[in-house]
Amino acid sequence: MTTKCWDTRARNRAERLARAASFTAGRIVSSEHIVALLEAVIEPGDRVCIEGNNQKQADFLARSLVKTDPARVRELHLVQSVLALPEHIDLIERGQVSLIDFSFSGPQANRLARLVESGKITIGAIHTYLELFARYFVDLTPRVALIAAQAADRDGNLYTGPNTEDTPAIVEATAFKGGIVIAQVNEIVDKLPRVDIPADWVNFVIQAPTPHYIEPLFTRDPALITEIQVLMGMIAIKGLYAEYGITRLNHGIGFDTAAIELLLPTYAADLGLKGKICTHWALNPHPTLIPAIEAGFVESVHSFGSEVGMERYTAARPDIFFVGQDGSMRSNRAFCQAAGHYACDLFIGSTLQIDLQGNSSTATKGRIAGFGGAPNMGADARGRRHASPAWLRAGREGRGNIAMPRGQKLVVQIVETFREHMQPTFVERLDAWDLAATANMELPPVMIYGEDLTHIITEEGIANLLMCTTPQEREQAIRGVAGYTPVGMARDLRMVANLRDRGIIRRPEDLGIRKRDATRDLLAARSIKDLVHISGGLYDPPKQFRNW
Amino acid sequence: MNGRRISYFEASARMRLSGLVDAGSFSEFCPPEMRQTSPHLAQLGAPQAFDDGVVVGRASLAGHAVLIAAQEGRFIGGSVGEVHGAKICGLLDKAMVERPAAVLLLVDSGGVRLHEANAGLIAISEIMRAVLQVQAAGIPVFALVGGSCGAFGGMGIVTRLCAEVVMSEQGRLGLSGPEVIETVKGVEEFDSRDRALVWRITGGKLRRALGDATRLVDDLIPAFRAAAADLIERYQTHPLTPAHLDTLLDEQARLAARSERFASARDGLEIWQAAAFADASQVPELTVEEFNLQLGEPA
Amino acid sequence: MEQFTLTLPSSTLPQDIIHTAICGVVSSGNLEVLVEPTATRNACEIVVNTSAHGFRDIWEAVLKDFAERHSVGGLRLSINDAGATPAVVSLRLDQAFETCAA
Repeated sequence: MTTKCWDTRARNRAERLARAASFTAGRIVSSEHIVALLEAVIEPGDRVCIEGNNQKQADFLARSLVKTDPARVRELHLVQSVLALPEHIDLIERGQVSLIDFSFSGPQANRLARLVESGKITIGAIHTYLELFARYFVDLTPRVALIAAQAADRDGNLYTGPNTEDTPAIVEATAFKGGIVIAQVNEIVDKLPRVDIPADWVNFVIQAPTPHYIEPLFTRDPALITEIQVLMGMIAIKGLYAEYGITRLNHGIGFDTAAIELLLPTYAADLGLKGKICTHWALNPHPTLIPAIEAGFVESVHSFGSEVGMERYTAARPDIFFVGQDGSMRSNRAFCQAAGHYACDLFIGSTLQIDLQGNSSTATKGRIAGFGGAPNMGADARGRRHASPAWLRAGREGRGNIAMPRGQKLVVQIVETFREHMQPTFVERLDAWDLAATANMELPPVMIYGEDLTHIITEEGIANLLMCTTPQEREQAIRGVAGYTPVGMARDLRMVANLRDRGIIRRPEDLGIRKRDATRDLLAARSIKDLVHISGGLYDPPKQFRNW
Repeated sequence: MNGRRISYFEASARMRLSGLVDAGSFSEFCPPEMRQTSPHLAQLGAPQAFDDGVVVGRASLAGHAVLIAAQEGRFIGGSVGEVHGAKICGLLDKAMVERPAAVLLLVDSGGVRLHEANAGLIAISEIMRAVLQVQAAGIPVFALVGGSCGAFGGMGIVTRLCAEVVMSEQGRLGLSGPEVIETVKGVEEFDSRDRALVWRITGGKLRRALGDATRLVDDLIPAFRAAAADLIERYQTHPLTPAHLDTLLDEQARLAARSERFASARDGLEIWQAAAFADASQVPELTVEEFNLQLGEPA
Repeated sequence: MEQFTLTLPSSTLPQDIIHTAICGVVSSGNLEVLVEPTATRNACEIVVNTSAHGFRDIWEAVLKDFAERHSVGGLRLSINDAGATPAVVSLRLDQAFETCAA
């Protein structure tokens, strides 16, 4: 009887570690040995995760991987949240990667599209963050994870600081399935403020020559918020938040949602909504939420990541944010994505295109940008079983009273009918179809499916898609808020008037909102400097956002 | 909240002007309905503005007669074209006839309009001549700088010719703009995207510490109004006297010494340090009141 | 630049005293509107000067709605536009109307 070997992965890991032993003593490795270390522990065909997302990046490790010998480090299968650094794409161009599974490629979307079109790389799939993390624990477990942390102690314990983000999910999947974890850290200290990742989940720690990069992605300068965005924010607060009593929610990134945040202590407070809406959030520490927090609007905020310059502010507001006993915030992308999906009654965000069925997409031809986390926020949580008044009301509006009692998440797109350069937001056909055809994708990259979308807000008013009884009504409800776009001008005037009579379309005047009141004077802060002032000097904005 | 604060930085030229002078006192010269627009922009197929980006006229401020010009920074960067320049120049020439208590220039400009560069350059030199002429006649000209374009290029020079320069910390004053310096000298010389650095080099707090600005005020229209009113009162009791050659030579020597003293300075921080601020690195965070106090200025 | 003039029927603005007013600034994505009285009492004359080419049908729809929304007979509106969206155009027109009839 032959004995089956059950620990091939562990043995293989031991072999890899043995190959690295000649230039490593313990977990701490000198940065000059990084390329040799990577060549020693990575094998051809490995599944590799280079940590990064729309915020922090393991940039030193990414740069080092590009310096490895393509004859040794090859046929890699990248499984990671983003392809956002030039080095990620360089690695593909150098022929060291054969397959990619990812979520988001924002800044590199054009280069990636060209590589896909020229057949230089195959995409496994473009995921949402949560979906990719899920696959780490099923069939896309990384063999080698290259991660980023703020600091390590001499034993190799890691402190990730406020920007913990994806690290726990990546390390857990890798370390417990025979993989190797290599961390770049900004500093090595005797004692960490707290341990975010224990040392025995980590194989190597390298102090990077420069601190890891963090993008201040969630900073929106109030100075750039327009009157139209103020108007749409008023519509959202009065026509949706107040109407449904939204207390638990997530906001997408953008000036439209920043406007809503800045209207809470002014417009919403004047409507008597303090304590009745927007108390619990799944949200990064948006600087534009500072005035609402200071005004006592907000009870709790859990975050996917941190935000550059918000460290001292979040630390000083531990009742609001999730803060460790060391006094600094901890974020966690996987948990916050789950929170946004299951524990929020409303998601609101912006998009580039919406079609007549309400499908929306940020994809345009020649750019493979991916998804990030929005599809998980902007989707009804069909597994949800706990009730709330807002969720139940949306369920009644959408399913009627005859069906099994069941709720629905409010999924809202807030858009101007035209974007810059007179690009219409409302279209007959999404560019996503063309992108899918040229890039040979099985699915057009749709960010939010029409079946999940419950409301559209534009400068023309709100369309409540839940209350539409036929596909024709739904289409006319969308056309009815599409303004002067070709889609909007092709509306059936009689049907739209009927929808308005039934409250399915509501104009600002139907909500008692006077357009001339929609001025920037309503914003609780009109500049970054105002935000610093309101934070009591705790917010320290990045230098590119200062004008003093 | 601060909903009712009227930010000078954020306001349009017309809003600044109407908030600055006595209510209802403004009468405009060459108003928009006269359509004195730029012939050059029309030829180039670029959008025009009915006032060519500058509002000029007569008003009273705290009861004193003033002539006033306000540049619109959002129209082609407040740039000086032929018509725009002629309007400012004409206003200054009118001052020689009307003899107001002061002429106020609400500067918000990147300098000459590139679309009409020759005409703009001539206009700028005409404005310089006119400012000197008006002040030689005993009428002070005040530059107010607090808009998004600051006072750069030719308008930076015009600003420094004025008897008084009132700035907010958001205001900027310089010759070549940060982007121009970066383009010509490289990002190592000046990183124009490092906005904190840009303001430490060109902003109101640095200019006030150097003496280029004579007042630093809050970014509020009423604060600019109060400073202008106060200055007018001061010139009523201490009229502007034509500068003697000796005074000019002394000033030249002072500037030469300053230029030598700070020749190796790389950052506004070094200048604040020299100006005896307790903690130079904290100067950007100081309120205007704290700044003026630390500078040794009576509030 | 694209230029055109529209004359749209509209109820006569009741006020006898209509004063000239200007609203907005010509900056990217924005526009200025100059409102003046004219002799034609039952129509509004609108002169459009825009940097965005090929959107005349949209302009006509926006301006037609404006002339239906308010009594603007007897007004001449002159517009300098640097690529404003219809939402911004409508907002500025409403503001200009309110200012001139205030």
